Amino acid sequence: MFQESKIIIKDFSFYYGSVQALKNINLNIQPKEIFTVFGPARSGKTTLLKSLNRLTDLIFGTSYTGAIFLDGMDIYDPKVGLTHLRRRVGMVFDLPTPLPMSIFDNIAYGPKLSGTNRRNRLDEIVEKALRSAVLWEEVKDRLHTSALRLSGGQQQRLCMARVLALEPEVLLLDEPCSGLDPISTASIEETLFQLKKDYSIILVPHNIQQASRVADRAGFFLNGELVEEGPVYQIFTKPKDKRTEDYVTGRFG
Amino acid sequence: MIINRTRYLTQGIAKILIWIGALSTIAVMILILLQILREGLPVLHLHFFLESPKEMGREGGIFSTIVGTVALTLVAIFVGAPLGVGTAIFLREYTRESKISRMIRFGTDCLAGVPSIIFGLFGFVFFVIRLNMGWSILSGGLTLAAMILPTVISTAEESIKAIPHSYREVSYSLGGTKWQTVTRVVLPGALPGIFTGILLSVGRSIGETAAVILTAGSSLVMPTSLFSPIRTMSVHFYILAREGISMKMAYGTGAALILFVLIINVMAQWLISRYIRHRS
Repeated sequence: MFQESKIIIKDFSFYYGSVQALKNINLNIQPKEIFTVFGPARSGKTTLLKSLNRLTDLIFGTSYTGAIFLDGMDIYDPKVGLTHLRRRVGMVFDLPTPLPMSIFDNIAYGPKLSGTNRRNRLDEIVEKALRSAVLWEEVKDRLHTSALRLSGGQQQRLCMARVLALEPEVLLLDEPCSGLDPISTASIEETLFQLKKDYSIILVPHNIQQASRVADRAGFFLNGELVEEGPVYQIFTKPKDKRTEDYVTGRFG
Repeated sequence: MIINRTRYLTQGIAKILIWIGALSTIAVMILILLQILREGLPVLHLHFFLESPKEMGREGGIFSTIVGTVALTLVAIFVGAPLGVGTAIFLREYTRESKISRMIRFGTDCLAGVPSIIFGLFGFVFFVIRLNMGWSILSGGLTLAAMILPTVISTAEESIKAIPHSYREVSYSLGGTKWQTVTRVVLPGALPGIFTGILLSVGRSIGETAAVILTAGSSLVMPTSLFSPIRTMSVHFYILAREGISMKMAYGTGAALILFVLIINVMAQWLISRYIRHRS
């Protein structure tokens, strides 16, 4: 079990300057599971996600202790290629962030960065990625129009497709459904079930209902601390910790 | 009651003052244009543009000064723009707010406040004499390049700053390197702003007189290389008017200068708007 884990987070703490955002986190993520990280605002969820592909490096004045392993490799090892790591651990942000270019170019952006430039190869990648994100049917006739003209839900699925085009091993999803209507949310959740067959997914859910709908396991975060983790049914029906129970029953948050 | 009346009075006075300000700005602009074009337009025939000056500029056209102006401006832009844009990229993408970046910014601010004649003096001492380039297109162009740097840097920096941080984050998260992020996401978005800054610099280079006389000379001979001395249209205008050679030709040169700047601006605006439309 220990060796099979896709990601092992070991005694990991993270600081912005002197502010501690994550406190001594220990957590294992399995292959082909959806793990949901939930908790109130400012509880360290986004920080956790961003430290898994080191997007936290972009922020000045941060530091960490502990270690994170991806398939047994310490991702904070100076020898780790950052671009390589980020291709293996893809991230979708809470707000849809299409780049100001065409739908096609958005999806092809990642593959092009690593030197895939052959037109028919890119065509294949783009179609496959859009199909996986359940967006192909809606945009196949206008691949070369601006991605900024898509609706919010379509933009978010575009961002998902953009990450999938890189065929990562782990997907980090930071509230991918915030600001989306229920129908878009449903199609994204449908996408997640499809993707679970191939990826480890770490999801910050839009709300607790979503977490219980899609996830296999869940971890409750509060003030940078992992209060409790376990199978979803247990966390949401029989939490061991009083704070988790208060949160899932809506007593605060 | 009284308070209300003074409030309305203040309001009225402010309105009048603001209108006077706006109208006089336009009036000054129109007066200058009218004066120059009224005196200068009659001189503008095709041969005025295509013939080189004769008898110190009393007769003939202004062809060699047009060539000189274009050559000088091209050198200034080709040297100044990459340096300036590079500095802006460095300041915004490759370094954090630090002692070095503050020093660079302070330096460019100082540079922006230096009068052009001082740039001319520097160019004369450094490029013309010290580096032995003589009065030449190269000396003048390099001097102008130094002069336009602050404008290019600050406009480029502003437009790079305006690119949302989320674009960069996306690019990095998809495995982009810093250089890829800069060239594929940051610069394409910042291009219209950068271009505007370069355009301002073109205008400044074309119009500059003091620094150019000191570094590129005032020769009316057609230039043959980057080391040839030249006379730009602005310098030509200045000499014609200042030495009383021919007011008629001076106004003609002035009118041609204004038309050039106008055409460049219109063309550039068209290019920018086309680019922006293409991207959205």
